[in-house]
Amino acid sequence: MMRLPRFRYLAPRKLSEAAAALADLGTQASVLAGGTDLLPNMKRRQQTPATLVGLREIRALRARSGDPGSGMTLGALTRLSEIEHDSAIAANWPALAQAAASVATPPLRNMGTLGGNLCLDTRCSYYDQGPEWRAAIGYCMKKDGEICWVAPGSPRCWAVTSTDTAPVLCALGAEVTLVSAQGERRIPVEDLFADDGIEHLTKKPGEILSAVHLQKPTPDARSTYVKLRRRGSFDFPVLGIAASARLRADGTVEEARIFLSGTGSRPTNAAEAVAFLAGRKLTDEDVLREAAESIAHVARPLQNTDFSMSWRKQAAREFAARALRNLLP
Amino acid sequence: MAGSDPRPFNVLGKPLRRVDALGKVTGDTRFADDFAMPGMLYLKLSRSTVPHARIAAIDVSRALAVDGVRAVLTGKDFPVPFGILPVSQDEHALCLDKVRFVGDPVAAVVATEELIAEEAAALIGVTYEPLTTIASPEEALRVPEPRIHDYGDGGNVHKAVAFDFGDVPAALASAHLVVEDWFFYQGNTHLALEQHAALAYLGTDERLTIVSSTQTPHYVHRAAAKVLGVPASRIRVIAPPQGGGFGGKTDPFNHEIVAAKAAMITGRPVKIALTREEVFYCHRGRHPVLMHMRTGVDRAGHIVGHSIETLLDGGAYGSYGVASTFYTGALETVTYRIDRYRFRGCRTFTNKPPCGPKRGHGTPQPRFGLEVHIDKICEKLGLDPAQWRIDNALAEGSLTANWLKVRTIGLVPCVEAVVAASGWKERFRKLGRGRGLGIAASSYLCGAGLPIYWNEMPHSGVQLLLDRSGSVTAFCGAAEVGQGSDNVLAALVAEVLGIDILDVKVVTGDTALGPVDLGSYSSRVTLMMGNAAVEAAQRARDRLADAAGLGIPLERIAFGGSRVFDASDPEKGISFAEAVQRAEAKGGTVGTIGSYRPPKAPGHYKGAGVGPSPSYSYSAAVIEVAVEESTGIVRVEKVWIAHDIGRAINPVLVRGQVEGSVYMALGEALMEEQAFRRLPPRLSGALVHQTPSMLEYKSLATLDMPAVETILIENPEPNGPFGAKEVGQGPLLPVPPALANAVYDAVRVRVDEVPITPEKVLAALRSSSARFGPSKFPAVSWPEALIVPPPWEGGDGNAINEPKRRERPERRRAEVAKP
Repeated sequence: MMRLPRFRYLAPRKLSEAAAALADLGTQASVLAGGTDLLPNMKRRQQTPATLVGLREIRALRARSGDPGSGMTLGALTRLSEIEHDSAIAANWPALAQAAASVATPPLRNMGTLGGNLCLDTRCSYYDQGPEWRAAIGYCMKKDGEICWVAPGSPRCWAVTSTDTAPVLCALGAEVTLVSAQGERRIPVEDLFADDGIEHLTKKPGEILSAVHLQKPTPDARSTYVKLRRRGSFDFPVLGIAASARLRADGTVEEARIFLSGTGSRPTNAAEAVAFLAGRKLTDEDVLREAAESIAHVARPLQNTDFSMSWRKQAAREFAARALRNLLP
Repeated sequence: MAGSDPRPFNVLGKPLRRVDALGKVTGDTRFADDFAMPGMLYLKLSRSTVPHARIAAIDVSRALAVDGVRAVLTGKDFPVPFGILPVSQDEHALCLDKVRFVGDPVAAVVATEELIAEEAAALIGVTYEPLTTIASPEEALRVPEPRIHDYGDGGNVHKAVAFDFGDVPAALASAHLVVEDWFFYQGNTHLALEQHAALAYLGTDERLTIVSSTQTPHYVHRAAAKVLGVPASRIRVIAPPQGGGFGGKTDPFNHEIVAAKAAMITGRPVKIALTREEVFYCHRGRHPVLMHMRTGVDRAGHIVGHSIETLLDGGAYGSYGVASTFYTGALETVTYRIDRYRFRGCRTFTNKPPCGPKRGHGTPQPRFGLEVHIDKICEKLGLDPAQWRIDNALAEGSLTANWLKVRTIGLVPCVEAVVAASGWKERFRKLGRGRGLGIAASSYLCGAGLPIYWNEMPHSGVQLLLDRSGSVTAFCGAAEVGQGSDNVLAALVAEVLGIDILDVKVVTGDTALGPVDLGSYSSRVTLMMGNAAVEAAQRARDRLADAAGLGIPLERIAFGGSRVFDASDPEKGISFAEAVQRAEAKGGTVGTIGSYRPPKAPGHYKGAGVGPSPSYSYSAAVIEVAVEESTGIVRVEKVWIAHDIGRAINPVLVRGQVEGSVYMALGEALMEEQAFRRLPPRLSGALVHQTPSMLEYKSLATLDMPAVETILIENPEPNGPFGAKEVGQGPLLPVPPALANAVYDAVRVRVDEVPITPEKVLAALRSSSARFGPSKFPAVSWPEALIVPPPWEGGDGNAINEPKRRERPERRRAEVAKP
């Protein structure tokens, strides 16, 4: 069977202790917050941290505060299955409930956490493999090698963001708190991500993502998450489209935010489509089609996930239109 | 035969809980990986990272120096080759001088912990001298040198066969319509939930015991004796219950033999549990097959001549490949009347994990082609494809053009059943754009007529021990791989002896404790073990009846309700236990045996050994799909499937096998691909499995299953135990072509390839030919065809251009004793 490599395990009870441990250990340590992504990666030796700092004993990270009327804060260890089944979230931030429900399978959603899903390692079919497989092709730059096998001439890594909740939280304008030994800072979720397959988080090694803050929804706010994948039961997104919007009664778009997963190393902002939609009527099929085209234009797939690249481009149009239709009452 | 018994059954046909159910649902069942022993060492294989190379040197010194390492083995420890077929003894437990694919095992480390073994294995240094990589059958045909193996039919062709059962070109020349097609069926793997595991030890009984997740303990027994040089009488192979096999555990495997050798060297128990990635390297899965078909029909649609050419991508070793090659042609003839038949088959070696038998072994690929081909022929002739299958079904008792004797045939009732259940007549071609129905039918073996190695011994034996408590123990070498063979054994013995099924204790899957059964492959166990069990039980029944002392004629003695009684006066009788006691008192300990060997086949030409079976099962399926034209995404709405089971020993288990077959078939039809990746040649010589993981090798999960309506057709087969036929493999066959035909009904495009992915459907929708699939077949230098006239053209089962082969059995008998 696949064995985990050797590592030391710390189980602090306080967030400050965890932050202090990370400050000590630097890049030698990883945070464990559910483990459904990290532990398989460790078994494949994609990551081999000397120490794991387990967060499960830190109660504060499970806390929830606020309410839909004022905005809500979810502790980083909130399980994906809790979000999936939470009626207040489903009513006020439906895209988040939809995204959480579409992650992996029920047992994995019972283990996986919101913070863990946001920090999910980027994925690539040349990287998510066992050590002998990676030795057989010659290691890639994301782990042990020099080259990017997706784009051999490229100076950067093109591994793909594959989290379902990140594009949704970007579209909802949510924020996260990052805690370190030096203190804490609060940033928009959008700013948590960097456009690089290796350094895909702006979070520093000493920082722990402790909470997610959801804005109070306006009465006319709508949101949706549409996911393209091989199997409805189980799979990472090859394209995830998260959209939120405020619509007037006649269908005119007041404001929209649209982010994509599975199309780059960070959630892709479909800013052109958003600008186009502002002030236009989503009920107009031509408007909807043109916006969908614009979304598909930024959904630039690479050949490192499931499905062929050209098909994914064609399917992107259809799925973008579907997402936009979901925004209509 | 017991099938003629007119009385109602005690056990058969009842939806009883299977005898091994409690163990499975409570976790009590011990699978191979659950076996552990004190002082056990762990084995890890170091596998090739290059696809094709000579091994120049292996440096094991760094691995040996690791604390906790007890032994390191290399190919030098295994000079004797092995392989499942006598004609393909081409594997070494560890590569000797060459590696043939990424994943081929080169060395092995034995250590006190699995992690230590893994870490030490990574320190083994192998120097390779790379050889040209052969990635596809087309390349194998084009590049004869370097040869992947130095045997076979020349260059990188492993096996090429050619048969003419009548003059097909002449038949096509005079046909009303000739249709020509090319098809491709992608390779896929078994994906059994349980990964292979083995534990080997030298016991105080001075035997080498190998506990392994194998479907064929008897063949592992033979291979281990041959390679290890240990007398077979001192080797015991135990096959515990398995979490699925589907053909993936029917070869003797290198890891089993290495574990055994390591146990001999260290004197300690040695365990290996493969990772999922390693299981993808063991493979032996479905061969990718390219097909070329030409068929001539008369005005009514009757087939006057059918020709098929197949090209198989065999991977790096022989495995069952010679049989697989024959199977791509052998069963084309057992469903519909075909006047003349031409078959060409070619298997090539490539630098990929070896292909072998997967559920349906070699026949789902040509069945897919044939059933789609017929759909097209019916379309051209304006015939209803369901009615065509009824009108052209083979008659019971037929002898086919290639000399297969087919007895009971449930094909027509199967087609009629799915037609009625699906509302076919009202709905086919009438569902409107985007929605479609498709139909296909098929047939499969109930056990191969010949064993893997030539011999005249039984294919299955059952031994019964009747205890004076009323308990009966049934011993048989059959392997319970999840299919329910233990339940079949218990049910048949209980039925004949009229006792509760739980009063039969089964002891199976152990070469030291039961008579040989050849294994759980070719859908042979229910029929062959079943017939042996019925024979043994009837002999026991005769002894009990003889000793019962009821003072009535023997023919009036009945067995039922755990009693032995007077059929005319049921009150008069004794308990079953009492009957055993009286039999023991009269004639000593009550033990009986039964055994089974299939009937001789009518064909005598070279190659006639693949295809004959005591019986053939039949299946038919109708599938309804919704196809999204903007994306090509196919959603399966419902599957109606009927299966000719002969008689259902336990209808719940039969339905389970049917639904499992549909499930596996839908995975193949929609998404599964054992696909390989080549990197830019200037940067890397790699040829690697694209997705050796359960996540990225896409197969359906439970929630992806559509509704399945299963209909069982019961028409007892005289050659089966109480009339039973197989169900483990046959119901897979009609599903992929029915799906393809349904896609055509929905959007009028043909995807002549499996899997039918959204990419291919969309490409077909946007193509002027309204089709996606291959359109050529490469040139193969076929051997001179054996000319075998069909029965109705004056043939006698021999080839007219080959010496008669009557003397061959005599010559081969000398080989029986050899391991």
